[in-house]
Amino acid sequence: MSFNLLVLTCLGYVALLFAVASLAERSAEEGRAGWLRSPLVYTLSLSVYCTAWTFYGAVGYAARSGLEFMTIYLGPTLVFVGWWVILRKLVRIGRENRVTSIADFISSRYGKSNLLGVIVTLLCISAGTPYIALQLQSIAQSFTVFVTDMDSAPVAGDRTLIALWVAIGLAFFTIVFGTRNLDANEQHHGVVTAIALEAVVKLVALLAVGIFVVWGVAGGPADVMARIDAQALPEWQIQPGRWTGLILLSAIAIICLPRMFQVLVVENVNDKHLATASWAFPTYLFAISLFVLPIATLGMELMPTGSNPDMFVMTLPLHLGRDDLALLAFLGGFSAATSMVIVASLALATMVSNHIVVPLWLRLRAAQGQDTGDMRLLVLNVRRLSISIVLGLGYLYYIMSGGSEALAAIGLIAFVGVAQILPALLGALFWRGASRTGAALGLSAGAALWAYTLLLPSFGAGVILPASVMTDGLLGLPWLRPYSLFGLTTLDPLLHALFWSLLVNVLTFCIGSFLSFPSPIERVQGALFVNIYERPGPARSWSRPMAQAEDLLPMAQRIIGAKPAQGFFQEQAGRQGKAGFLPDITPEFLEALELKLAGSVGAATAHAMIAQSAGTAVVSVEDLMAVASETAQIMEYSSQLEAQSEELSRTARKLREANDKLRKLSVQKDAFLSQISHELRTPMTSIRAFSEIMMDADSLSPEEQAHFAQVIHDESIRLTRLLDDLLDLSVLEHGQVQLDIGPANLRKLIDQAVTSSKSVQADRHFRILRSSDEEEVMLTTDAGRLTQVFINILSNARKYCTSDAPEMYIQVRQAQDMVEIDFTDNGAGIPTESQSLIFEKFARLTDSMHAGGAGLGLAICREIMQNLGGDIIYVPGQGGASFRVSFPRVLAARAPRREAAE
Amino acid sequence: MKPPAAPPFLARDSYRLRRLMDAARFLPAFGFVLMLLPLMREDPQTGTASAASEGAYLFAVWLMLILSTAPMSRGLRKTFEPPKTVPPKSAPSGSEPPGAKD
Repeated sequence: MSFNLLVLTCLGYVALLFAVASLAERSAEEGRAGWLRSPLVYTLSLSVYCTAWTFYGAVGYAARSGLEFMTIYLGPTLVFVGWWVILRKLVRIGRENRVTSIADFISSRYGKSNLLGVIVTLLCISAGTPYIALQLQSIAQSFTVFVTDMDSAPVAGDRTLIALWVAIGLAFFTIVFGTRNLDANEQHHGVVTAIALEAVVKLVALLAVGIFVVWGVAGGPADVMARIDAQALPEWQIQPGRWTGLILLSAIAIICLPRMFQVLVVENVNDKHLATASWAFPTYLFAISLFVLPIATLGMELMPTGSNPDMFVMTLPLHLGRDDLALLAFLGGFSAATSMVIVASLALATMVSNHIVVPLWLRLRAAQGQDTGDMRLLVLNVRRLSISIVLGLGYLYYIMSGGSEALAAIGLIAFVGVAQILPALLGALFWRGASRTGAALGLSAGAALWAYTLLLPSFGAGVILPASVMTDGLLGLPWLRPYSLFGLTTLDPLLHALFWSLLVNVLTFCIGSFLSFPSPIERVQGALFVNIYERPGPARSWSRPMAQAEDLLPMAQRIIGAKPAQGFFQEQAGRQGKAGFLPDITPEFLEALELKLAGSVGAATAHAMIAQSAGTAVVSVEDLMAVASETAQIMEYSSQLEAQSEELSRTARKLREANDKLRKLSVQKDAFLSQISHELRTPMTSIRAFSEIMMDADSLSPEEQAHFAQVIHDESIRLTRLLDDLLDLSVLEHGQVQLDIGPANLRKLIDQAVTSSKSVQADRHFRILRSSDEEEVMLTTDAGRLTQVFINILSNARKYCTSDAPEMYIQVRQAQDMVEIDFTDNGAGIPTESQSLIFEKFARLTDSMHAGGAGLGLAICREIMQNLGGDIIYVPGQGGASFRVSFPRVLAARAPRREAAE
Repeated sequence: MKPPAAPPFLARDSYRLRRLMDAARFLPAFGFVLMLLPLMREDPQTGTASAASEGAYLFAVWLMLILSTAPMSRGLRKTFEPPKTVPPKSAPSGSEPPGAKD
């Protein structure tokens, strides 16, 4: 086949891609993108996983190592079958936060840290560049394999020239469809549709060759099985370590590869598509792998020895005279390579521009105090430049590596490289405690180890790492040999690198997270990512307005373009119920704006830009904290208020109680006053009456005069006594009484009292029953006051005891430090209903004047006893009136009144 | 701030859905174990495993995984039906959602 024809076919195919992509873009712009964004297109776009490495390399891999090639597809199958565990959450978070790349995802989760964005970007570039080189190599190789015509040999044989043209062409395509627009969640309808078309082409090509081989060349499946066993090499034996390790590695890679993240998360428009892809994508992989081993086997059997097994897919049909099939295979390989290069360079360029160039440029401009200018054009141009740089790097790598290695090796090296992102990624999804420091340390350590143990040695001894390092270890230390670190010699280099890099990565990631303390925004983002299903919408981070809408609109226009920006502002204003272009600056609006901008320039940059426009450079964290502390203060204040109001209500309650008491006291006072007036009035009346009579002295006999004077005298004494009693009571009640505490003998006190009380109704004979032994108690108290109480009780008994043969029984008991004395007579006692009254002032049970008292006696007694630290109570049911006086045997200097003073 | 505790028992449909989620979580683990079986098999005569039959076995496991995932995914799609993110804080009369006050 002529070289020109081949080139023409390629150009035709590329033209078709252009047409499809621009058609898709136009439909999307007109809002008719429904069918473009179906689960089918989504699933097909995922096939960007199957690169030229799959298309050509898998057959070569199978020819060299048997079934091991399947591990590369079994791992992703497991991930998709288990989509519910990881992918679902990954896609949801990515969509809700408008993540633009895997670097943006990691940076966004760990506090919108640009440092992490840079680390991940650099890692992805160093892993992705060889991979892109691999694609260029495979295309170049397929050209030279195909072309047999000698005329074009100078051109067709120059692989580097072909690779260069391919790189330029792909860069052009990617720039045209990848940087057409900014925003729209960084989704590229044209690219995705083109990729889906390419997915169909490569699958059909591989299936066609496979069917031709199985049914056209061999005699059907059974025959193929027999031939496989016949061709089996000893190296085909499955190696347990590599088998397990590679399944895991490829499972990790499908999550972490930048291009996979691009199609899986960034280009995803609906969660449901993932549900379909969960079985549809494994089916695609299944179909792709199905004929790999048969093609390899028949290639080994039929092709001349020494032919490159990596090219069997194409050379076998060519060898068997089926040029049409070979051409289809060529196109399939071309599709596989181009789709990978397009998506990978797009993903890498997004990272480079969002995490390295734009932040750098912003900082530079800010340092110079310049306005940020037209961001939109800048970002697009940076993106275009980045695509060219990425492809240029791939081309350079291809030239430098000389394109000699087996294809599969580079792919696996890249897998281990991107696998370093996994710990930080899983931490981002499931571990709130994962911190920026931990992620940065883990990523750096893992990447360094990967470079030392796998990437650098892969260039060959002496290219980058000196041969001496390979054989003797770094600095001549044997335990630092790249392929057998710390003496681990039994592992194959790939597993060795995977083991060490991931082990150290996870270890430093965890330790870094354990020991560091995340910034507030990091913690907010952590909670936001990990608990993505537990909240209704995106979390708020903008807490109060800082900029005017007039300021924000120009900025948004610069990034997402004038019309979309105005449309967005208008829509937001409409949502707030306002007409016009300027919505209120609510936290929701800022949130939405940041998300919108994040879709174009990445979360970290968008955040920084809004912050910059708002006039405060790092507004978010400080502002958030300020608001938080304000809130804390308000909460504190309100809790103080609460405490105060509680205290107030307590005070009010007390006041109310006091008021009640005062009112009662006032009533008591009134009653007391009326009582006392009555008590005073009675003797005063008789004194006045008699003194009036005596004024008319003439008519009175001296006897009469003497009698009346006697009456007046008696009444005056009564009055004096009453006043004395009142004074006494008042002194006692107010606790102002001076107690004369001293030693005394109880028996003597009772003797004294009995004697004194005899003057009351001296004619009545009273029998006193006493027990002298028990009365022999030495007291320390106010003897005079105590005697006063005894006299009062005894006098009362003499006055009121109704018995004809009155008796008084005095019984003394000691209980611990207290002395109890019961005075019991044999009278009628006191009626139950009156028992509670007798100790009240002026409570005289009988109205008889003969008692000669004002009814203050017992009230005074009670006051005295309380002053002496004791009490006097009435004991009912003793066969007569019975009073029990109790008091401490030894009275301390100033005994507290039993009834505490109010 | 704590969300209300989940009810301890579920209706039949929700219960089925939960178990479906469990199954979706377990399936990759089972699949992985099945994929490791070729490591433990060899032909007693030759001492090696037959590439063809092991390949057939692996493709069978693969197909089985696909065939079990497909119906499960269909069931799990239901969880996406109540669109959690769609209602975008509709505030027609300018009334702001709680927390919007500044």
